[in-house]
Amino acid sequence: MSKLLLVALLGLLLLAGSASPANPPQRIISLSATATESLFAIGAGKQVIAVDDQSDYPANAPKTKLSGYTPNVEAIAGYKPDLVVLAYDPSGLSSTLRGLGIRVLVQDAAKTLNEAYAQIVQLGSVTGHVGAARALVARMKQRIGQLVATGTRRARGLSVYHELEPDLYSATSKTFIGQIYSLFGLKNIADAADTDSSGYPKLSAEYVVAQSPDIIVLADIRCCGQGPRTVAGRAGWKNVSAVKTGTIVRIDDSIASRWGPRIVNFVRAVSAALAHLRR
Amino acid sequence: MSQRLWLLAATGFLVVALLVGALVGPVHIGLVDALESMIARLPFVHMDSPLSPTQESILWDIRLPRVVLGALVGSMLAVAGASYQGVFRNPLADPYLLGVAAGAGLGATIAVVYLPNGFGFQNALPPAAFLGASLAVVLAYAIGRSAGRGSGGATLVLAGVTVASFFTAVQTFVQQEHSDTLQEVYSWILGRLPSSGWNDVEILLPYVAVAVVGILLHRRLLDVLSVGDEEAATLGVHVGQVRLVVVVCATVGTAAAVAVSGLIGFVGIIVPHAIRLVAGPSYRLLLPLSVLVGAGFLVLADVIARTALSPAELPIGVVTAFFGAPFFAVVLRTSRRMAA
Repeated sequence: MSKLLLVALLGLLLLAGSASPANPPQRIISLSATATESLFAIGAGKQVIAVDDQSDYPANAPKTKLSGYTPNVEAIAGYKPDLVVLAYDPSGLSSTLRGLGIRVLVQDAAKTLNEAYAQIVQLGSVTGHVGAARALVARMKQRIGQLVATGTRRARGLSVYHELEPDLYSATSKTFIGQIYSLFGLKNIADAADTDSSGYPKLSAEYVVAQSPDIIVLADIRCCGQGPRTVAGRAGWKNVSAVKTGTIVRIDDSIASRWGPRIVNFVRAVSAALAHLRR
Repeated sequence: MSQRLWLLAATGFLVVALLVGALVGPVHIGLVDALESMIARLPFVHMDSPLSPTQESILWDIRLPRVVLGALVGSMLAVAGASYQGVFRNPLADPYLLGVAAGAGLGATIAVVYLPNGFGFQNALPPAAFLGASLAVVLAYAIGRSAGRGSGGATLVLAGVTVASFFTAVQTFVQQEHSDTLQEVYSWILGRLPSSGWNDVEILLPYVAVAVVGILLHRRLLDVLSVGDEEAATLGVHVGQVRLVVVVCATVGTAAAVAVSGLIGFVGIIVPHAIRLVAGPSYRLLLPLSVLVGAGFLVLADVIARTALSPAELPIGVVTAFFGAPFFAVVLRTSRRMAA
């Protein structure tokens, strides 16, 4: 009980402290492609002075050579930022930056939709756009809710295979992306293979073909040039249900690997595939 | 045991491995049904396969080509390792000694990173890896030769190490510049037998056939070479020429295998040494045995890769090292005891 109270108190304190920042940051660096998308979606884009080499959306984001995976503190500090947003905090990067007097916000990969929403709101309150952030989250919730409501009826009894790589790496229901399929009530064929509980098992080709998933979602179209035609041409795949019905969804790799505002696009693509199947 | 008996035993091992490979997998296909399906495909047999269309494609389009591919890659790596150990008189030589792995890695990375998507990296990766591997070995050979003839194999090995570290550095640099492609390159480096149907088998078969025949034709000369360069020369053997031909065969075959399967370690060292320990060091016997046992070993390793975490898969390179090392330790112990 006391623990709950403490958490609530802390939450209130955080809210109070961040709801109306006295002077919101004006020189933001985002080393997280997801945060970049969110910052621009809530209207904080004008405050962003540099984004990392992976931040390819939106197109007007000030993309630089800065790397989020192998970050260089000097290069980051050279921009004289007043806020740095990270999705990955290797070898004490955040503490080094804080030591230089730079504010740092670390937003790890979200594990649930609610975490993704919370990160958007947090970005809003830190940058002085909390109203826009809350409105964005509300819109996302509403759209996803609608798409899922119509999709769930169609998804009954169907299975899905989500492909991260042509080597048959997939994502289970435990992963962020896998939860979207769970929302629809789709059966994820990768779940049975999660023996190392990493959430990202490499499936055997025999297994995928034997499971004959109703929907195949390709998240490796950009990296690896996959598409309905290459999948249909794979040895032994011609009898797979999704290949026969042509229910192969192409989803931009970057949408499927981020947890920002474009989750809605992903949910819409799944919903469209379901509509296609039940037509 | 006589030579013939050893060859018979090794052939038996390979046949058993092929059968296990064909019959065991993450999807269960009954022994009798699978055999009937195979018999039904024989010419002049009028019989219907008892398998469903899905089972048919799993057996014929996915599992069997992979088994055959494993056999080809395994035999190539084992015989290449054995011949490198022979021509360089270095027990630790493996097929990747002269920079094949690093060169193939660089070629593969460049294909993944720089080739436009429409090109299809799936198609571009093997030839690029092959080119990189060949380039690395040619460079190593050129550097080794220019360093001096007297010292023979040792300078060549050093040149190989030099080229390999340089190529690895370039590869890592390109990879860091394009971290979004890291995962693909990484999964290739870990080594995997692709489930890509008979296509890869058709590509690989001619290379392996030529390389293996070329190496086997030199098996007696490798025995002569084992007494030392100068001694072999006094016996009338063109040492440099033999070395060149064998290295070219082993390299071309290995490069082709690596291009298809990525880097599968340990096979090229463990199989020849295990054979040496039980059947003796003569290359006349060692080389053909390496072909047979290497093929069987990799097929069995792939069975484990496919089934240990079923329906997930393990990278086969992990399996060859994990099961290969203890196996080798046992062979080492028993052979000592037999000798004692």
